[in-house]
Amino acid sequence: MTKPLLELKDVVLKVNRHTPEEITILNHLNLTVNDGDFITLLGSNGAGKSTLFNAIGGDLTIDSGQILLKGKDISHESVEKRTRFLARVFQDPKLGTAPRMNVAENLLLAERRGQRRRLAPRRLNKQLERYEKITATMHNGLDQRLTTATGNLSGGQRQALSFLMATLKRPEILLLDEHTAALDPQTSQDLMHLTNQRVQEEKLTCLMITHHLEDALTYGNRLIVLHHGQVTFDVSGEDKAALTTEKLYSFFADIE
Amino acid sequence: MSLIVSSIGQGLLWAVLGVGLFLTFRILDFADMTVEGTFPLGAATAVMAISHGMDPLLATLLAFAVGALAGLITGLLYTKGHIPILLAGILVMTACYSVNLRIMGRANVSLLGKNTLFKNHFLASLPQYFDSVVLGTTVMVIITTVVIYFLQTELGQGFIATGDNQTMARSLGINTDNMKIMGLMVSNGLIAFGGALVAQNNGFADVNMGIGIIVIALASIIIGEVAFGDLTLNQRLIAVTLGSILYRFVLLIVLKLGFQANDLNLISAIILAICMMLPVFKNVLNFKHIVKRGLDTND
Repeated sequence: MTKPLLELKDVVLKVNRHTPEEITILNHLNLTVNDGDFITLLGSNGAGKSTLFNAIGGDLTIDSGQILLKGKDISHESVEKRTRFLARVFQDPKLGTAPRMNVAENLLLAERRGQRRRLAPRRLNKQLERYEKITATMHNGLDQRLTTATGNLSGGQRQALSFLMATLKRPEILLLDEHTAALDPQTSQDLMHLTNQRVQEEKLTCLMITHHLEDALTYGNRLIVLHHGQVTFDVSGEDKAALTTEKLYSFFADIE
Repeated sequence: MSLIVSSIGQGLLWAVLGVGLFLTFRILDFADMTVEGTFPLGAATAVMAISHGMDPLLATLLAFAVGALAGLITGLLYTKGHIPILLAGILVMTACYSVNLRIMGRANVSLLGKNTLFKNHFLASLPQYFDSVVLGTTVMVIITTVVIYFLQTELGQGFIATGDNQTMARSLGINTDNMKIMGLMVSNGLIAFGGALVAQNNGFADVNMGIGIIVIALASIIIGEVAFGDLTLNQRLIAVTLGSILYRFVLLIVLKLGFQANDLNLISAIILAICMMLPVFKNVLNFKHIVKRGLDTND
């Protein structure tokens, strides 16, 4: 049996606490993520998908419940501490990279994710050859632009770099928040292929938010639908493989 | 000739402020008003310490420490107290005014007859104004080297990333609050250090000597950038010192044109405003290119 890597137990998260506008975003949510799961996460706007990621990442503190990593309660750990096991790719290509630093510098920063940053020389030149090889796997010319400031890259290149940065130092959990949504269809598809390839090769545990039903069906071993802050649909393995877009559409029609 | 040497010397001494402000204004990407308080704070600390018999070098280093403390307070107000940085800086700047009066006991304290860094045997033996050139060069070489080294360390890269993209920095485990506090401490430490140098050079500390400091420090940063165009980060740091010297030349010319010393804050503000608007002008008449041409001696 696969063992649970991440568990969310009865998680409640509210925004605008103690004001008339108080809204419960995560409503007694329970979710167990197993080691090696590649979960695609669906849900309408406001279902709580991004909030779920922010709760796991520590950007938002939960009101009640528990978040456990390998059985250890991490509900109150800081964002910085959680980066030791967690990597994220955001939807906005601008959020994932430092625009005035070059590609190699960004990679070097990512390689020390979650580790102490010492007052020791960064030793970038030693890594350049390796970085060239790694970026070449993206097949989008990134390897030729290692010394280019990331602000001057195309959106597709920046997002590919963000993804590379998230996986450079193997995360125990990878959170992808619609990371291909801001790209044109072709670039988006290329990055999705690369993502899948990397997740399979490295056997990463990954949660991916998407609005593409096809992507949600094609990729991953498990599919989850979030609705009003709860998991309302959770299929994996053969059940997921048997799922079609029609079935999903009718499911969505039912819950609305 | 002596006026030019004097300007170079002044430019070098004041360049400390430019490098200090560069850390917050250019790298962390916000304007820190604290510096208007920490500059006279450093001056007051050094002058009073020297008056009480402390070694001038130690007194100058003490000024750095006191400045860093003021930066720490601004940093805590900003990061932990969630006060907007502009206001946090103004609060500490305002508080510094009272603190400076407390330290000095009155508005102006002279160093007449007291020992200073400039009265060291070697510096005192130099022709007039060369003392500040030699001391300023030494100080700037050391400070610029240390800052450049720091920015190339793992920690320094985290510091740059914090100013560049906070969301990313946090998602990579960089404690951005600590980085901002550290930047504010070093920056204000350097500004206070500069205040201590200037006070010893002028022979007095005045409670009002901080007015317009942020404009002067910004001017050296911006003039350096405008004059030398596209540079790497390290080159830009060096350009700050050159910008500070250029700025003194501009002031010299302005004074020669018949303006008074009292007009300098107005002139400084105008110069800075023009320099900061250059990108707007550039689109209209390619002004930057002309300025660069005029200053480029290699053509």
